[in-house]
Amino acid sequence: MTNRLSIVVVEEDKSRSDLIVDSLRAAGDFDIVVISERTSLARRISERGPDIVLIDISNPSRDMLEELTIASGPLERPVAMFVDRSENSLTRAAIEAGVSAYVVDGLQADRLKPILDAAMTRFQMFRRMRTELEATKRALEERKVIDRAKGLLMKAKGISEEEAYALLRRTAMDQNRKVAQVAEALVTTAGLLS
Amino acid sequence: MNTLHLSVGFIPLVDAAPLIVAHEMGFAESEGLSLDLVRAPSWSTVRDMLAFGRVEAAHMLAPVPIARAIGLGGGGPSFDAVSVLSVNGTVIGANLDLAARVRDNGGDFADAAATGRALIAASQGRLRIGVPFPFSMHAELLYYWLSALGLPAPQEVDIRTVPPPLMAEAIRAGDIDAFCVGEPWGSIAVEGGVGELLLPGAAIWQFAPEKVLAVRSDWAAEEVVPRDRLIRAVWRAGRWLADPSSHTTAAEILSRPEYLNLPAEVIDRALCGRLTVTGRGEVREVARFMEFHEGAATFPWRSQAAWIGRQLSARMGLDRAEAVDAARGVFRTDYYRQALRGASADLPGASEKVEGSLSAPTAVGSESGQLVLLPDTFFDRRIFDLDAQK
Repeated sequence: MTNRLSIVVVEEDKSRSDLIVDSLRAAGDFDIVVISERTSLARRISERGPDIVLIDISNPSRDMLEELTIASGPLERPVAMFVDRSENSLTRAAIEAGVSAYVVDGLQADRLKPILDAAMTRFQMFRRMRTELEATKRALEERKVIDRAKGLLMKAKGISEEEAYALLRRTAMDQNRKVAQVAEALVTTAGLLS
Repeated sequence: MNTLHLSVGFIPLVDAAPLIVAHEMGFAESEGLSLDLVRAPSWSTVRDMLAFGRVEAAHMLAPVPIARAIGLGGGGPSFDAVSVLSVNGTVIGANLDLAARVRDNGGDFADAAATGRALIAASQGRLRIGVPFPFSMHAELLYYWLSALGLPAPQEVDIRTVPPPLMAEAIRAGDIDAFCVGEPWGSIAVEGGVGELLLPGAAIWQFAPEKVLAVRSDWAAEEVVPRDRLIRAVWRAGRWLADPSSHTTAAEILSRPEYLNLPAEVIDRALCGRLTVTGRGEVREVARFMEFHEGAATFPWRSQAAWIGRQLSARMGLDRAEAVDAARGVFRTDYYRQALRGASADLPGASEKVEGSLSAPTAVGSESGQLVLLPDTFFDRRIFDLDAQK
């Protein structure tokens, strides 16, 4: 009989599940299975009979797992969300990171910790990547607007690109606004007047 | 009055309306509350957000706080239901084949007994029915209905959890044969051409508490001011929603991307009680399909909680008397009364009633005179008398 913990990771996105599996392997020697289909989720999981199920908190299929926790017999097992309540800080961190663990069988909290830690690291990394991507997109859009505003100023006032940018910057500082906001206002106004 | 900020979790359903309306129509603001509505993807998420303090209050299935109180459905802090948010509002439907057979066997949208018998007769093998959550009125109504008609439930029927937005997909994929779900998700299955509606939940129990306003018990005990303000804001929102002239506006608000993100026309069906039940456009009117106010709809009757506790404990093999007792304590008539006294709300004199005993609108004694309660019978005319349970 093997002493390895069995973990099911419920994740539709392949690249994401790959990363989670990698980080779990780095955290310990576990028996890991990934389920990517959302139909009949409860049946697929109960066939595996894992010790732990890891699922994204924002996954709507999560409610399907509630069946598992009562199917194993109410009150008999410490079937818990996340970890037991004494590990409150860990639970909060898990909620913030977007990972939820279902302990399908009675389990010591100290065995769960490295798994949750590893999963949380990955989830957080994904969130950071998403935020960075959005910031980059926004920066690109702002740049586009600023370029258009510079062009408008150069044409209207017969000044150089550098002077146009300096004018935008100075106006922004005077009004305590961002250069992109001033540029946006200028482009919108020019659009209305044309 | 200083403004207090509260985060409130909700699931995209028509019956989240009292919370959304309280925020959008200024009922929260006039009580000195600023609400941050947090949309959640699943009931387990709402429950956890409430348990771990991410939100102070939540739109919740009436049986969830009760299940917690009797030791089911995960540990953690206990919840109080400080108000009912809505009565009724669920609908039972089936895939097109099964729905046609139910009709051939004498199914009738207004008759729970006829439709139930027809459904049992029409099922080929073990019926697989989807519900949104293991602890839900959807599950309780199904178990009650099918058992009463001679199909031992849960033993002889397969009740499966399927999140409401995935219900139509589960029917299409053949994972389930039928469903009981909150609107607009039944109508969405009809719109998608994969299912038909067979029966409104109200045909099984005419006055079933569906969603509650849930808070953590320790929060409710300590944060009296925001608790009372929230109960009042939600009560005023429910009163506004009960006015038929509000339905169009309410449907438009709910349809916004940050709330349900679905067409207003589909949402309007539940609010008006005019449901399109088949892909051929057949319409059925249901009186009090979803009630937010009339007949003291939001009063958290302890007897309603007791009924849920009795059903849950019987099915799960727990001690019934203990469960009924624990359940009664979850519906906080005391907090509700305290918040609404003086808010022009008329409050029932009693906190418990004999569930299933009112077959017609009935005037009862209230704190300021008389209050009309609405019919609350079960389809099989059984009554649930709390005193007889003790």
